[in-house]
Amino acid sequence: MSSETKQILTTDGIPLEVSLKKAEKKNKIKAFLLVAPLLLFLIITYVFPIGEMFSRSIDDKMITNMLPKTFKEMEKWDGQELPPEEVFTAFYYDFKVLVDKQEHGKLGQRLNKEKNGFNSITKKLFRQVKRKKIDESTSIKEQIMKVHKRWRNVEYWQAIKRTAPPYTMSKYLKGMDMYYAADGSITQVEEDRRIHRILWLRTLEIAFFVTLFCFLMGYPIAHLLATLPMKYSNLLMICVLLPFWTSLLVRTASWMILLQQQGVVNDFFVLIGLVADDNRPEMMYNKVGTYVAMTQILLPFMVLPLYSVMKTISPSLMRAGKSLGGTPFVAFWKVYFPLTIPGIGAGCLLVFILAIGYYITPALVGGASGTLISNQIAFHMKQTLDWSFASAMGLMLLSGVLIIYWIYNKLVGVDNIKLG
Amino acid sequence: MALPSYTETRYRIWHYIYIAICTFVFFFLIAPLFVIFPLSFNAEEFLVFSEGMKNLDPDAFSLRWYKDMIYGTKNPWGLAAKNSFIIAIFATIGSIILGTLAALGLSSRHMPYKGIIMATLISPMIVPLIISGVAIFFFMAKVGLAATHTGIVLAHIILGTPFVVITVTATLSGFDHSVTRAAASLGSNPVNTFMKITLPLILPGVISGGLFAFVTSFDEVVVVLFLAGLENTTIPIQMWTGLREQLSPTILAVATCLIILSTLILISAELLRRRSERLRGINR
Repeated sequence: MSSETKQILTTDGIPLEVSLKKAEKKNKIKAFLLVAPLLLFLIITYVFPIGEMFSRSIDDKMITNMLPKTFKEMEKWDGQELPPEEVFTAFYYDFKVLVDKQEHGKLGQRLNKEKNGFNSITKKLFRQVKRKKIDESTSIKEQIMKVHKRWRNVEYWQAIKRTAPPYTMSKYLKGMDMYYAADGSITQVEEDRRIHRILWLRTLEIAFFVTLFCFLMGYPIAHLLATLPMKYSNLLMICVLLPFWTSLLVRTASWMILLQQQGVVNDFFVLIGLVADDNRPEMMYNKVGTYVAMTQILLPFMVLPLYSVMKTISPSLMRAGKSLGGTPFVAFWKVYFPLTIPGIGAGCLLVFILAIGYYITPALVGGASGTLISNQIAFHMKQTLDWSFASAMGLMLLSGVLIIYWIYNKLVGVDNIKLG
Repeated sequence: MALPSYTETRYRIWHYIYIAICTFVFFFLIAPLFVIFPLSFNAEEFLVFSEGMKNLDPDAFSLRWYKDMIYGTKNPWGLAAKNSFIIAIFATIGSIILGTLAALGLSSRHMPYKGIIMATLISPMIVPLIISGVAIFFFMAKVGLAATHTGIVLAHIILGTPFVVITVTATLSGFDHSVTRAAASLGSNPVNTFMKITLPLILPGVISGGLFAFVTSFDEVVVVLFLAGLENTTIPIQMWTGLREQLSPTILAVATCLIILSTLILISAELLRRRSERLRGINR
């Protein structure tokens, strides 16, 4: 049937369908070429480095490269009893290479993390090798076992075998306060050393409550801004926008001044007789400071999406609700509130995402009990220089944020974000 | 918000409670900024209101911290301000160029994989800064741009472009594409059409996106903390160090200047927003 229909041709004699497709393809390429510079730039400088964080976080190639012969021989060893002569011999030759390169110290330190006591026995072995005390013509196994009694302990050889894979999930386990036990099973650290789990929970708790406070404070004022006549609301809008545009550090600094023990807030409490002058409460360097400062700093991010949704709700809807016999409360709850839910979703998700990764404000006003997971990441990047652990923690945080971002995208759509 | 005269008493009470809550929240939002002003004129070096200041004694006020900010010995603020402005200006220009081009492509209805590409371009705004900081640091260290202005500018372009993409896409959503087709049909080439027709129409969006990018760069501290060496110190870095170590009123003098700067930016952003709303109103 279709073959009998005469194809529509353009003036060049090409079928219209083909010509149209060609034009569309050209437009597609044109649009893509406009996006390409930024996309490429971001992929090279941003997306790849985040991927590199992943490979860094699971990387454990150091020992794999240090003891190649040993691990090759160990493949044949069942790991139950002391390894055979070949493993000892291979280990001895690997170790000799490391001694020549002066890298035996690194090996000892790394193995010590796997099992305590490795550092001293590698040093002992190093001295023997250095003084050429080990006779390569007879059994090397016997000689190594004589260096220290721990070399006769099968647990130490099992620990070496565990470091064979070039990749490890141990950093991620550490981030959740777990580790690989001697038999390779996943174990929890002792109760009083579970610091990371406390931090994760605290981060979630603070992000949740900051979001809640922002919602409770932001909803009334967004409503007021949306219902007041333009000339008043524009003036009040400045109260929301000025903090929004002001430097984060300036706002944190002002909270540090307000909340200190001799600060204005405490002065006010003393003045109204809430607290005694000699018993001023500590409001900074703890959770209170983090809550107060973060709520004020993130409040505009709640108000602006709420406002833009409320602005579109016609006031006649509330009047209709009331005229149909609803009290103002019923009219609000049944008519107005459901219409603002998209704004609530957008605002809450935005504030939660921002709060969960907050770093500067908690670091300055949070003290020890008000710091978040970001502060821990920064600590490992700068102080302990355990970059692979910082990467692992960062990616754990990132995966949480990406899940929320995905929900946000489904509910609100990233292209619906409004600014100012 | 006058209430009609027939309102029942209990709703009247609720209304006043509502107004009281709103007043409190507005106060909570704006008051912290104003505590900075008087203290920056403090004659003493403590960050509390002295007795003299409470009694409005003129001797308790002075400009010494402003003098210290400008002429102080071993003064870090001059270099910091210079660096901040240089970095922010180049980062803004870069963000505007890359972001506007991308927004033009994204608002074309022929754009393939729009959703995922948009999500990627916006991601630096969503990903926690500390993670962006770590990732960008790894990259810059690898290509040898850590502790250079170029590295910081590139990092700030990454963080600034999402704002330009968002504002320009929003402006383009009200853009009447028939005007560019009209220009093309009259024989104008694409570049000419863009410069003479499209750009003037979307300029408010471009500039307000640029303002966001500028403020993002000017205020950014997390990523710079990873990237900056001693030579690349910026105003936020100096404030961060100051707030952590020696809390001196000079910081408040700087903060006052920053509040004035942000007020100026707010005013220009508001004017631009109104202008672009007016323009969009005409298009409809």
